[in-house]
Amino acid sequence: MSDLNKLTIAAARDKLRAKEVTSVELTEACLGAIDAADALNAFVHKTPELALEQAKAADARIAAGDAPDMCGIPLGIKDLFCTKGVPSQAASRILEGFRPEYESTVSQNLLDAGTVMLGKLNMDEFAMGSSNETSVYGNVVNPWKVDDRSLTPGGSSGGSASAVSADLCLAATGTDTGGSIRQPAAFVGITGIKPTYGRCSRWGIVAFASSLDQAGPMTKDVRDAAIMLETMCGHDPKDSTSADIPVPNFEAMLTGDIKGKTIGIPQEYRMDGMPAEIEKLWADGAAMLKDAGAKIVDISLPHTKYALPAYYVIAPAEASSNLARYDGVRYGHRAKLGQGDGITEMYEKTRAEGFGHEVQRRVMVGTYVLSAGYYDAYYNRARKVRALIKKDFDDVFAAGVDAILTPATPSAAFGLGEMTDADPVQMYLNDVFTVTVNLAGLPGISVPAGLDSQGLPLGLQLIGRPWEEGDLLNTAYVLEQAAGFVSKPAKWW
Amino acid sequence: MSIDVKTAAHVAKLARIKVEEDRLPALAEEFNAVLGFIEQLNEVDVDGVAPMVSVTPMRLKRRKDGVTDGNMQAQILKNAPDAREGFFAVPKVVE
Repeated sequence: MSDLNKLTIAAARDKLRAKEVTSVELTEACLGAIDAADALNAFVHKTPELALEQAKAADARIAAGDAPDMCGIPLGIKDLFCTKGVPSQAASRILEGFRPEYESTVSQNLLDAGTVMLGKLNMDEFAMGSSNETSVYGNVVNPWKVDDRSLTPGGSSGGSASAVSADLCLAATGTDTGGSIRQPAAFVGITGIKPTYGRCSRWGIVAFASSLDQAGPMTKDVRDAAIMLETMCGHDPKDSTSADIPVPNFEAMLTGDIKGKTIGIPQEYRMDGMPAEIEKLWADGAAMLKDAGAKIVDISLPHTKYALPAYYVIAPAEASSNLARYDGVRYGHRAKLGQGDGITEMYEKTRAEGFGHEVQRRVMVGTYVLSAGYYDAYYNRARKVRALIKKDFDDVFAAGVDAILTPATPSAAFGLGEMTDADPVQMYLNDVFTVTVNLAGLPGISVPAGLDSQGLPLGLQLIGRPWEEGDLLNTAYVLEQAAGFVSKPAKWW
Repeated sequence: MSIDVKTAAHVAKLARIKVEEDRLPALAEEFNAVLGFIEQLNEVDVDGVAPMVSVTPMRLKRRKDGVTDGNMQAQILKNAPDAREGFFAVPKVVE
């Protein structure tokens, strides 16, 4: 059978159960697609031997009966996840050569379920970026193309987005601190969900901003997101913020029935200068949910405007603390020292050589906002604004809103290099619709909903109540069915 | 609030990142762009608002205070750029 790499998780699961395919066949199809797609620069550490070994074990487990849903499914893993014995360097030079002696909890959960790891996926360095242009491995290229330009797949989970969209794997892991799952998913026409803060253990995931980071699946459709999310989630004693609450069967909650649900449309997300196409997509999405029996109401989230500025205090502050560990002593890169250099020179040279430009900038901004005399003016003020942003959401949920519909991104994918000369704030604006969700710790999902006039995918975002990913996925499922997005990028690579 | 070259150099020092002298003016300018953006937060009335500590109103889990792991010196040193005789090696710290 050809094109096995194009299957969804659900279809592959059913074929594996029916003995129509083996995990080894699925894995070989993906490995072939990966080797033919170096032009996308999505997979940066390939692990074919390990993958085939895991696939054989999965086939044996399926033959023995009673294997989990994800057993035998070939996946790509974002480079931010520590994977035992396999390079894990967060796309940074400072972690060059690092091979963890342990496995992250989320990737371990996936391995325990019998999944196959095809390799590690490119990303923005330390997940800091919205275009996958800050990686030590070089840019990832979006498989979608409308002219001779190479487009960004978004970021920071750009390798994951590109790989899933181009059918190099059945699905991939991503992480999302300010939109890093949802924005790239929208840019390449796939589904991506960031669950409620605390759903997925952060243990073994290279930390960027610990109060915002969450892992989630990036998949070909909503059903796959439900299946894979369930496997990734669960309480972990090694992460004190991991929630000790039951994980439901998310797939079983995809009933397609949203009658009587209330969907909020936040007026503050109607930005000045928003492209008419995005405005229309948003209105169309609301109409689809209304046709399915939901009630559409206008809502207000008054502090929306302050989400990005609050994020650009809190995230760099946490990053400057988290990244203090990269000192050239315990792992990764150490600078070559000159005659008479002491330990301070070692730190300073190592970090100057090891961190890229954007990472250095964020670490220093974080250092500044936490420094004596500015802590209250910047960091504490941002944390207060964050409390107000969360209260905005609490208020609308308390008023009976079940989910909130917004655009996923303010534009379609742009060309690689087009933002190089812009000031950093221009790039940050990519996350304007997604970042509120991280600040409030809520679940958010991006669903492909249409193409723009150039023929590039656009996504809509649904935001749900805390811990109600099942309900959120069901609403996303209804939107997906109504939008009927089936376009795929034409293969040029 | 505007950051000058001297402040930029001080921040780089605090962050332990070596920045060459001739890069400092551009760096100060980038800081100012980001901080100018952040200044918007001053428009918000935050009187009486407690700074957020945790997004979920959960009490952090506690466990019994006991040794649960250890005896893995070789694994811990495995990725070190310079490890000798069971220790991480660094340049001389005390003269």
